[in-house]
Amino acid sequence: MKILVAIKQVPERDAQIHVAADGKWIDESDLNYTINEPDAYALEEALQLKEKNGGEVVVVCAGPERVTSTLREALAKGADRAIHIEADDLGERDTLGVAQILADAMKAESPDLILTGLQSDDLGLGQTGVVLAELLGMPHATLIMHVEVTGSGLKVKRELEDGWFQHVEMPLPALLTIQSGGNKLRYATLMGIKKAKTKETKTVTPSAAAGAQAIALERVYLPEKQKKTEMLTGSPAEVAAKIVEKLKFEVRVI
Amino acid sequence: MSGVLVVLEQRAGTWNKMSFEALAAGQQLAAELGVGLSAAVVGEGLQALGGWSSSGKVDAAYAVEHALLKEYTADGYVAALEQLVKKVAPAYVVFPHTYQVRDFAPALATRFWQVLISDVVAIHDGPVFVRQLLQGKLNADYKQTGAGPCFVSVQAGSFRAAEAEVAVAMETFAPALEASQIRNKPGELFRESAQTVDLSVAPVIVSVGRGIGEQENIGLVEELAAALGAELAASRPICDNGWLPMERQVGSSGQTVSPKLYLAVGISGAIQHLVGMKGSKAVIAINKDENAPIFEVADYGVVGDLFEVVPALTKAVREAKG
Repeated sequence: MKILVAIKQVPERDAQIHVAADGKWIDESDLNYTINEPDAYALEEALQLKEKNGGEVVVVCAGPERVTSTLREALAKGADRAIHIEADDLGERDTLGVAQILADAMKAESPDLILTGLQSDDLGLGQTGVVLAELLGMPHATLIMHVEVTGSGLKVKRELEDGWFQHVEMPLPALLTIQSGGNKLRYATLMGIKKAKTKETKTVTPSAAAGAQAIALERVYLPEKQKKTEMLTGSPAEVAAKIVEKLKFEVRVI
Repeated sequence: MSGVLVVLEQRAGTWNKMSFEALAAGQQLAAELGVGLSAAVVGEGLQALGGWSSSGKVDAAYAVEHALLKEYTADGYVAALEQLVKKVAPAYVVFPHTYQVRDFAPALATRFWQVLISDVVAIHDGPVFVRQLLQGKLNADYKQTGAGPCFVSVQAGSFRAAEAEVAVAMETFAPALEASQIRNKPGELFRESAQTVDLSVAPVIVSVGRGIGEQENIGLVEELAAALGAELAASRPICDNGWLPMERQVGSSGQTVSPKLYLAVGISGAIQHLVGMKGSKAVIAINKDENAPIFEVADYGVVGDLFEVVPALTKAVREAKG
């Protein structure tokens, strides 16, 4: 089974975010980047499927030169090959534009299965996978916690709201977006990191230049507070005493 | 092309209440633009659904009916709604941001060569659609630039649900569907196990997030919860790691809570978490990052090291309770 995993590189969660001078995106100069966490779960699912069923895991990432570090990390965890879609203009592409360049790079690979995270930690639009499936004419299912290969295709477990789940059977080739928590993430081993150096990373250029977008991000800004927050300051003991005062006289739970 | 079409959600004859929040968003949009508002619901046997319109402001309503739409599938919903959107020709299509919508709406938008503006928390004149970036650290204004219908989904709790009073007769719309178009076979819905912890009724909740760092540190927060007589809860990553059982998770994929006090320890407050705890009467947040989104909804905030503040607080609570 040939499994492609679409991964994205995003700013680290702890990163201090500053709005760029033009107010249209964030200041990227001091940021550290990492793999989008939901995509790490997609990679984990792919590696486990390969361990059970054999085959090949290929990671695919679109972005500038820096994304190769994320691809190397995926190779160190056990992916067999990597494809880097070299694109410095992702900010000028919306979901459809990004999904198109992913679709073009993936079509050539004729995968049995495509996995990706359910959403990205930066834009969080939560739809690249579904759009990609639509462009490739594949069936898809989202928020997947478990994947089982059956004789005729796949049986997956979808997460629904309120603690409900559902099994869905589907034919291959197919695309799944993976929810966190179904598996434990693995770390790259020293051996894995060594091996990664010998693995193939293919660089491709996007088939099309960024064109007209369907939606545009006009402005980014700090959210306004929904509540007036009273900040409590002082030493830990002082803060604790202030909280207890609030709990006694205002919140009234003590 | 004009007007606003709101796609409501039902499952097995029961409304998803988020539908009425989407309807409220649709009403706001239609009023702003001075255009008509229509609504649609997809499934089978829809005429049996109870009253659903809102004070007569809905101009038209469509029951998108087909035997193949009895159970939800992305293929069935996309094909059916593609036909309805072509017939109604709205300028805007508004959905509740449910797990079902997340599954099919992006594909539907792609059929029209559009991109879904998902998880919208506010709509301003323009129309400008506000959504959050980077786990709630920033807000962003989006506008449609394409020429087709604009597809929008609305985050839970962002719009006050429209009242369901006046019933407007639903016009049946029968899409042309073939069984062969539907590639997925959905199974029965199920729950893993009976939920034994009902966080929705807890008056005091102490909730822990990523900031706790290691499983061994959970005990620290457990002690605080015990001192306060509170239920212990967590954000998704804690449960994903197996540090606490899934049933203690608060958020869009976990439980929705509304305690007198929600004490958030080391929780940054990503949108999926805030959705589950916004109804709390009082919120106290302890976090090392002063820009954490949790402080936007907190009544009292402490920017500090939870490993120092929490033990001090546990001690102070014990002393206060004597």
